[in-house]
Amino acid sequence: MGKIATREAYGLALAEFGEKYDIVVLDADLSKSTKTDTFKKKFPERFFNAGIAEASMMTTAAGLATCGKTVFASSFAMFAAGRAFEQVRNSIGYPNLNVKIGATHAGISVGEDGASHQCLEDIGIMRTIPNMTIINPADATEAILAVEAAIKHQGPVYLRFGRLAVPELFDRATYKFELGKGVELEAGTDATIVATGLMVPEALEAKKILAEEGINARVINIHTIKPIDKDILIKAAKETGAIVTAEEHNVIGGLGSAVAEVLCENLPVPMRRVGTQDKFGKSGKPAILLEEYGLTAKNIAENVKEVIKLKK
Amino acid sequence: MDKKRVTELKIIANKIRKNALTAVYSASSGHPGGSLSIADVLSVLYFEVMNVDPKNPKAEDRDRFVLSKGHCAPALYGTLAERGFFPVEDCKTFRRADSYLQGHPDMKGVPGVDMSTGSLGQGICAANGMALAGKIDNKDYRVYSILGDGELEEGQVWEAAMFAAHYNLDNLTAIVDFNGLQIDGDITKVMNPLPIDEKFKAFNWNVIVTDAHDPEALYNALNEAKATKGKPSVIIMKSVKGKGVSFMENQAGWHGSAPNEEQYNQAIAELDAQIKELEVEA
Repeated sequence: MGKIATREAYGLALAEFGEKYDIVVLDADLSKSTKTDTFKKKFPERFFNAGIAEASMMTTAAGLATCGKTVFASSFAMFAAGRAFEQVRNSIGYPNLNVKIGATHAGISVGEDGASHQCLEDIGIMRTIPNMTIINPADATEAILAVEAAIKHQGPVYLRFGRLAVPELFDRATYKFELGKGVELEAGTDATIVATGLMVPEALEAKKILAEEGINARVINIHTIKPIDKDILIKAAKETGAIVTAEEHNVIGGLGSAVAEVLCENLPVPMRRVGTQDKFGKSGKPAILLEEYGLTAKNIAENVKEVIKLKK
Repeated sequence: MDKKRVTELKIIANKIRKNALTAVYSASSGHPGGSLSIADVLSVLYFEVMNVDPKNPKAEDRDRFVLSKGHCAPALYGTLAERGFFPVEDCKTFRRADSYLQGHPDMKGVPGVDMSTGSLGQGICAANGMALAGKIDNKDYRVYSILGDGELEEGQVWEAAMFAAHYNLDNLTAIVDFNGLQIDGDITKVMNPLPIDEKFKAFNWNVIVTDAHDPEALYNALNEAKATKGKPSVIIMKSVKGKGVSFMENQAGWHGSAPNEEQYNQAIAELDAQIKELEVEA
C-alpha cells in the first residue's frame, strides 16, 4: 500500500462531505498546509479565512455554530489547541457547540520546522475540556471516516492530523469506524500494545519483531482518545496482563495517561508508555526525529519485553 | 421617537437597574458598575429595536445579542426578566448553586442568552460568527454586541474588528460602553485604549458616537447603524459607570463589589424616586 498524510485525507474528506453535508470551513492562513484549500476550491462560498488570528477563528466558529452551522476550524495543532485553548474551552467546550477543530501538523513528525511547531501537548490539553471528543486517526481511511463521524456527532470534536505521509493501513470499502471504539488489529496473549496515530503501523511492526522472539502481542488501535474505549482496555489487561501505549505525544497527558487512568481505576497491570519523554522536539528529518525520540517499532518491542518481566 | 416613549424606556432602564442590583445584592457578589452603565441601551435594544420573542427564545430569524462584557450579566438578566424571558423574581437567585442564573451569561441554561460569555474579547468574535451565518443564509436578522472600554485592551477584539470589516458584516452593530473605568482604575492609566473612534475608523468600521443614557440618541444611533451598508458599525456610547445610583457613579470600586443592605436600600430608593418622577412626566 502507498503512503498519504492524514492532513491530505482531511482535505479530501472536507471536499467530499461538503457535497453531502452543509458544513462551513474556517482556516487561519494555513489552508494550503492544513489542506482545507481542497474544500475552498470546491465550495468557496462556504470557506472563510480568518487570517492569522486563531483566537478570532475559534470564537467565530462558535458563533456560526450557535446559528446551526456545523463548522470546521483549522490550523496547526500548536495554535488550534495551544494558542486558542481558552477560546476552545470557553466558547466551544462550555456551551457544547458544534465546532470541529481540524488540527494538522501534530507531533514531532512536523520535522524541519522544529519545536515551536511540533505540538506534543494537544491531546492532554483537549482531554481536560468537558464535552470534547478527541480523534487521532492512524491513516487516510481512518481520517476520512473520522471527519464524517465528527460531522454526525453533535458537539465539539478535536481531530488530530499529521503532516507526514504515513502508510495506508485500512481499506475504506471494508473498514468500520465507530466513534469511541478501539479496534483490535492483532490478537495476542502475552501483552497488549495500545497505539494511536502514526504509532499504529509501528505497533504492528513491533508485533512482528516480538513474534520472532516467541512473544505474542495483541495490538489495539485507539483512534478515539476521548471518550476512550474502557472495555477493550480492561479486557486486554485481564487477558494479557501487561500494556504498552504508543503515541506521538508527550507521555504526560496523552494516550498513555488516558490508558493509565482506566487501568488504575479498574484493573491495574504493569504498564509502559512510549511517547516523547517530557521533552520539546527539534528540527530534523521526521524519520530521524522519530528514531531519536524513541517513536519506533523497536522501542515499542523493547518496552513490551520489559513490561512482561513485571507480570506476576 | 415621541417623548412618551423616551420616558417609558427610561423607566424600563431603571427597572433593569433595580433587577441588576437585586441580583448582585442577593448574591453578595457580581458587577454593579458596568451593569448600571448599559441599562439604557439594553432597554432600547430589547424594548424598541430587537426582534425577539420571549415565548420562542431560539427563533431562527430573531435578532441576536452577545454581551461581550459578560461580567455585566446582572443587567442582561435584569433585562431578559423584564422582557418576560423568565420571572423577575429569579434575579434573586443569581450566582446561587441551585440557580440557572450563572455568574456570567450561559446560553445553555438561561432563556434569551444567545452566547455564553465572560472571558473578555470573545463575545464580539462570536457575534461575528452569527453575523456571518446570517450572510451565508441570506437572513435579515441583526447581531448586537456590547463591549467594555477596558475590554478593548484584549487583542482578540482587534482580530474581530478586522474580521467584521473584511467580510463586510453590516448586519453587526458593536456597542462600546465608554465609561472610562476598569477594575484597576482609569482606563487611560491602566492601559490607554484611546482614541477608540479613530481605531475603529482605521479598521474600516462605521463609527457613531453618542450618549449612553439618552434613549432617543441611542435609538437614532442604532437606526443609523442599521442603515449603513457594506461595513460593520460601532456605537461608542459615553456612559457613566454606576449610572443612576449617586454613590456608585464614576467609582471604579463599584466595578465588582456588592452593596451591603444599607447601600442596597439606598440605591433602590434612589431608583424608585427616579421612576416615580418619570412616571409623573409620562
